[in-house]
Amino acid sequence: MLETVFGLYNYWIVIILMMAGFYTVIARGNLAKKVIGLNIFQTSMFLMYITMGAVEGGTAPIVATSAEGGATLYTNPLPSVLILTAIVVGVATTALGLALAVRIREAYGTLEEDEIRLLEDRQDTLKTDGGQTVSP
Amino acid sequence: MRQHSVLRTMTKLLMPPIMLFALYVQFHGDYGPGGGFQAGVIFAVAFILFTLIFGPTRARQVAPACVTTPLTAVGVLLYAGVGVVSLLLGGEYLDYNVLAHDPHHGQHLGILLVELGVGITVWAVMVSIFLAFVGRGAEDDPNADETVDEPEDGHA
Amino acid sequence: MEQVIDIVLLAFMVVTAIAMIRLRNLFAVVMLSGIFSLLSAAMFVVLDAVDVAFTEAAVGAGISTVLMLSTLALTFREERPATRADWPALLVVTVTGAALIYGTLDMPHFGDPDAPIHQHVAPRYIVDSPHEVGPPNMVTSVLASYRGYDTLGETTVIFTAGIGVMVLLAGVNRRRRADRERGNRP
Repeated sequence: MLETVFGLYNYWIVIILMMAGFYTVIARGNLAKKVIGLNIFQTSMFLMYITMGAVEGGTAPIVATSAEGGATLYTNPLPSVLILTAIVVGVATTALGLALAVRIREAYGTLEEDEIRLLEDRQDTLKTDGGQTVSP
Repeated sequence: MRQHSVLRTMTKLLMPPIMLFALYVQFHGDYGPGGGFQAGVIFAVAFILFTLIFGPTRARQVAPACVTTPLTAVGVLLYAGVGVVSLLLGGEYLDYNVLAHDPHHGQHLGILLVELGVGITVWAVMVSIFLAFVGRGAEDDPNADETVDEPEDGHA
Repeated sequence: MEQVIDIVLLAFMVVTAIAMIRLRNLFAVVMLSGIFSLLSAAMFVVLDAVDVAFTEAAVGAGISTVLMLSTLALTFREERPATRADWPALLVVTVTGAALIYGTLDMPHFGDPDAPIHQHVAPRYIVDSPHEVGPPNMVTSVLASYRGYDTLGETTVIFTAGIGVMVLLAGVNRRRRADRERGNRP
């Protein structure tokens, strides 16, 4: 029982963090906060990959120059490679999301989802009203 | 921030070691932790520090748009170009064995060039992104050089 | 010992994440996200992924934080209090989380050397890369040589995202210019 808890603890924390990010994305109306939530989600995914690649008693996957011939246990280099690139791609796409948020704030004067929807609705009704007055 | 002489002097002192460290990370990536991605980011951090202290106008003089924008593409082209060269030399795409007489040297050269391409792109993209954000705020605000600094002061 | 550090760091990360959700001052949230990144970088060191830790410390704690701060400088510092009930979101999150945790029960335990992930390509990279490719750092040889296509794709994504940000933010700020013109007029 205790062994299961310790063996799966990392994955459970990853899931809790993932759900924390997910909750921020779906429950919060502020677009900047949503981007931050996505970041939490993303970091939890990184942790999951790295956790899967770890080996009990392993070392970093760098060949020691003075290897004594004995078999050294290395951690799996593949998750490191995948996540290494994902982190940098992640920050570039986060920047894209933040740039969109800046443009939305300039266009609508707000970052709250509800207010943006209200403004959109008002614009739509204005448009349809304008069409009705012109058509007859 | 420009009037704080301590910050100004420290920035000038810190920038060369940061950039040197970035180059170390770039070219020592084969032997220790590091590589193009980290080096590009660290090199960009030096420029971001400069922008925070001296303002976007002077930062644009150091890293003008006509340099950073083309460099974003140069890195990717260098990476793809290594692949094309290995194709022309009779290997498969991105097969570095054919780049030199000895497969080991070929691999070494290929990895060096490819990582350099990654580093250039990452550096240029990070600097461009940051300056785009800062430039947006500075557009018509005469004292906008401080825009980004304020928050950090408030929570330090 | 490693197990203790692991548990404590992960617990800190959960606390930070919950604080980030609950706080409405976005500057405090951004600062906490910097701390969150730093904690995850420390976590990566504990898990022996030094390259990843290095990247996360430079990117997550450095550049991400600065970018978010500059976004906040262009937008708002406070989040408005919620206007709608958040119990549907909580329900969705709880159900999804419970399902995922149920799914982990079958997973190989942490650090198990016989896990399927260590059986397939990893031995090839670990055993052959020093004399097939050369660099002592296996992460570099996998990144640049074995999985060169991948990295080329990732670099292209970064390039594209950079171009996207420049396109979005480099244009003239019409609203502000209009405001200014209106303000100048008597």
